Amino acid sequence: MSFAPHTEQDIRSMLVTIGVERVEDLFADIPEAIRLKHPLDIPEALDELSVTRHMLELSKKNQSIDTLTCFLGAGIYDHFSPSVVEAMVSRGEFLTSYTPYQPELSQGMLQALYEYQSLICGLTGMDMSNASMYDGSTAMAEAALTAIAATGRNTVLASSLVHPNYRDVLRTYLNSAGYNLLEIDSSSGVTDLDAIENRLDRNCACLILQSPNFFGQLEFIRQATELAHQKGALMIVVVDPISLALLKPPGDDDVDFVVGEGQSLGINISLGGPLLGIFACKMEHQRRFPGRIVGVAQDNEGRLGYTMTLRTREQDIRREKATSNICTNESLLAVAAAVYMTAMGRHGLRQVAESCVQKSHYAAEKLSELPGVTLPLKGRYFKEFVIRLPEHMPPRRLNEILLKEGILGGYDLGENYPEWKGCMLLCVTEKRSKKEIDHLVESVKLALEKER
Amino acid sequence: MIEKTVFELSVPGRKGVVLSECDVPSKSLEELLGAENLRDSLPMPELSELDTVRHFTSLSRNNYSIDTGFYPLGSCTMKYNPKMNEAIAKLPGFAGLHPLQSEETIQGALELIDHLERILTEIAGMHACSLQPAAGAHGELLGLMLIHAYHKTRGDEKREWVLIPDSAHGTNPASAARCGFKVKTVPTDSEGLTDVQALKRMLNDSVAAFMLTNPNTTGLFEKDIRTICNMVHEAGGLVYCDGANMNALLGIARPGDMGFDVMHFNLHKTFSTPHGGGGPGCGAVATIKELEPFLPAPRIECVGGQYRLNYDRPQSIGRIHSFYGAFLVAVRAYAYIRNLGADGLRHAAQMAVLNANYIRSKMREAYEIPHDRFCMHEVVLSASRQKKAHGVRALDISKRLMDYGYHPPTNYFPLIIPEALMIEPTETENKETLDAFCDALQRIAEEAEENPEVLFTAPHHTSIGRLNESVALKNLNVNWLKHAEEKKDA
Repeated sequence: MSFAPHTEQDIRSMLVTIGVERVEDLFADIPEAIRLKHPLDIPEALDELSVTRHMLELSKKNQSIDTLTCFLGAGIYDHFSPSVVEAMVSRGEFLTSYTPYQPELSQGMLQALYEYQSLICGLTGMDMSNASMYDGSTAMAEAALTAIAATGRNTVLASSLVHPNYRDVLRTYLNSAGYNLLEIDSSSGVTDLDAIENRLDRNCACLILQSPNFFGQLEFIRQATELAHQKGALMIVVVDPISLALLKPPGDDDVDFVVGEGQSLGINISLGGPLLGIFACKMEHQRRFPGRIVGVAQDNEGRLGYTMTLRTREQDIRREKATSNICTNESLLAVAAAVYMTAMGRHGLRQVAESCVQKSHYAAEKLSELPGVTLPLKGRYFKEFVIRLPEHMPPRRLNEILLKEGILGGYDLGENYPEWKGCMLLCVTEKRSKKEIDHLVESVKLALEKER
Repeated sequence: MIEKTVFELSVPGRKGVVLSECDVPSKSLEELLGAENLRDSLPMPELSELDTVRHFTSLSRNNYSIDTGFYPLGSCTMKYNPKMNEAIAKLPGFAGLHPLQSEETIQGALELIDHLERILTEIAGMHACSLQPAAGAHGELLGLMLIHAYHKTRGDEKREWVLIPDSAHGTNPASAARCGFKVKTVPTDSEGLTDVQALKRMLNDSVAAFMLTNPNTTGLFEKDIRTICNMVHEAGGLVYCDGANMNALLGIARPGDMGFDVMHFNLHKTFSTPHGGGGPGCGAVATIKELEPFLPAPRIECVGGQYRLNYDRPQSIGRIHSFYGAFLVAVRAYAYIRNLGADGLRHAAQMAVLNANYIRSKMREAYEIPHDRFCMHEVVLSASRQKKAHGVRALDISKRLMDYGYHPPTNYFPLIIPEALMIEPTETENKETLDAFCDALQRIAEEAEENPEVLFTAPHHTSIGRLNESVALKNLNVNWLKHAEEKKDA
């Protein structure tokens, strides 16, 4: 089985046309010494029915959010995706096309990407968005490299309250290219503006903050941006797109780059991949930003249509002088996000965001009423918050107990922030009902009582 | 005719998907978030759900795809994407996993990743594999980071150059630059292969690596590959294989056996996961033993029958993805490989090569074939004869092919072949399709002689005519909202 349709007769007649006797003759250029002498040592072939059964078995060795009630966030979020999203991106015309190099045959994908770009600009308040990056972390790293190229400076300053995995990816990207990463530690859960001011200097190409940050707290973006700009550094903000249905867009605060993870916009959590990297910026970076972008053009009769534009930045044209090496991106997920934003619309997006706010605050309040449980942070938050557990109940142990109750508990902050040992980051999206939240609170309460 | 955008279809007050009322006691948003943090307006569209469905369905119908037609885009392996892959990727036990769940609750997913890594390692003939890279170029970047770390660990810090053929994909030099390397270009010889003597002269102790695509982008197998790899190794460098063309070699020859040290696969090409209009992909990287310690953390291990994520990797270059890479792409590729098995993969490669050679044999009268010998899975034609005689370029031929109902081949690549038309038919196309496509190319070659005007002005039967990108550049409109505002102001 290989989905190759030729009959033996087809093959014979094609070989005659080519003028060889056997298919093997076509491989004459491969020296004998490097030909594989045995079949690949991989598992035996299975027909579709058997493959499907095998995959179903594998999938059942996992516990998914179909059966677990998810209060885990930390960068990947269990939001509701209406059926219309999957239905639209499952259409073979989108699914089985490729990069729209030939615009005359790809107007549908091009327009969908143009609409995605425009919708992201609407959410973030930025001038322009590209057609996607691999994920939030690489979008952030690429923004930092763009800032380095724009300023000619060699150091990136980031808050330690930016997602730890994003900072890991940033470190990897900067290390190999020979640039420096400085981190601002923060004990209060919100990045300290004085600390920012002290650490910013003339070597800093950019300042990176996440808001809401990894601890769920809103940062002071406007003030931080002013500080960065005073020192000639550019400002990069990592966002949660869902939060922007309610929160002031970073574009209003004169931010230079807005990046983030677009998975919340109707995309499966799928063990964290594939994801959707959001990358938006000010117009002044139009010669420097990475990745593809779609613009409006005209055909030879003056009719409007769409095409990829600002192409001279890209690797296939500029090679080693390109602004980035990215080629394949996450187009289909960008289309999913566009369908999601359209289907939910202005009203639905606000409803989702408002539910996140109300439900997370309700959950935080109820949990904090439990003996020994406190809320160590005092700042504003959107859908994630931190609780401190009593010493006898480490987050890891609590999660084990919650799992038995069918609950996917929060993120153990001590894993990445030793000073926050005993603290858990919880997420409550619009999908969680009051009943589910109450069940969480009750389960935590019982666990604390039982293991006292 | 251009479709209205979602913004133009919007009617104030119209609702799409409506959620039920929030069922917890509510407080004012000003109180919870702070009035100063709230936005004034939200410029999102307002459509009914049916309007949304009609709009995106309409867009999809104005988009060429493998499901609707022959798509011989060279270097992209536009083979059939089995529907089975999609059904499997939707299983809740795969699609509904949170990446930060405990290891005990994702044993099936870790097992799948581990198995796929082992299979790809075997196909590569190497030692280890990582699925973290999200695309081919991301895989190249990782491979180069591994090479960078390898030399650095040995205290060999002066290796700042990466050598790359003039026929290479643009991502190769761009990835090298991204990784902080400088790039030198290696010429291609008159046979369409790496100029081995020129390469030899360029090798010295400042060269970190040589990057090569094999089969190369002229569609030919680099038959001196063993010599090339030995030469680079003797100079202390490593050899990177761009695996974009692996579809020609599955089960036939392995990059590891050729002497390559590190390579990437494009799972969205070779292993049939769909291309999705430009992604998502997966650029899995396979390496030899010496580079394994540098692979990104975490690595998946199996200890006593239990799979776990190992973060204790002191020599690792770090992470290159938020989590573990494009898991659902890996799921599809794994399903495809399990379906085909060793014989099926080898058969796929053989039929892909047969199809490309069939087109080559049928087209050699109508078009110039710069390197007319057995090709691998793709064949590069040149329109230079048509250009010289009639002023018809590869672009005109490509646009005219659309009128005959086909997606054009990759054009103007590789850069070393003038007026290149790079055709990759893949193994999943039947003989009738190949014959009809060749007839169309034949007919277009005749049109170039008889009536070149019809080519210059092509396409004629698409929803829009030939687009002029310079207009897009002059009046840059990449954001409907900003453009509408500017129009209002003017």
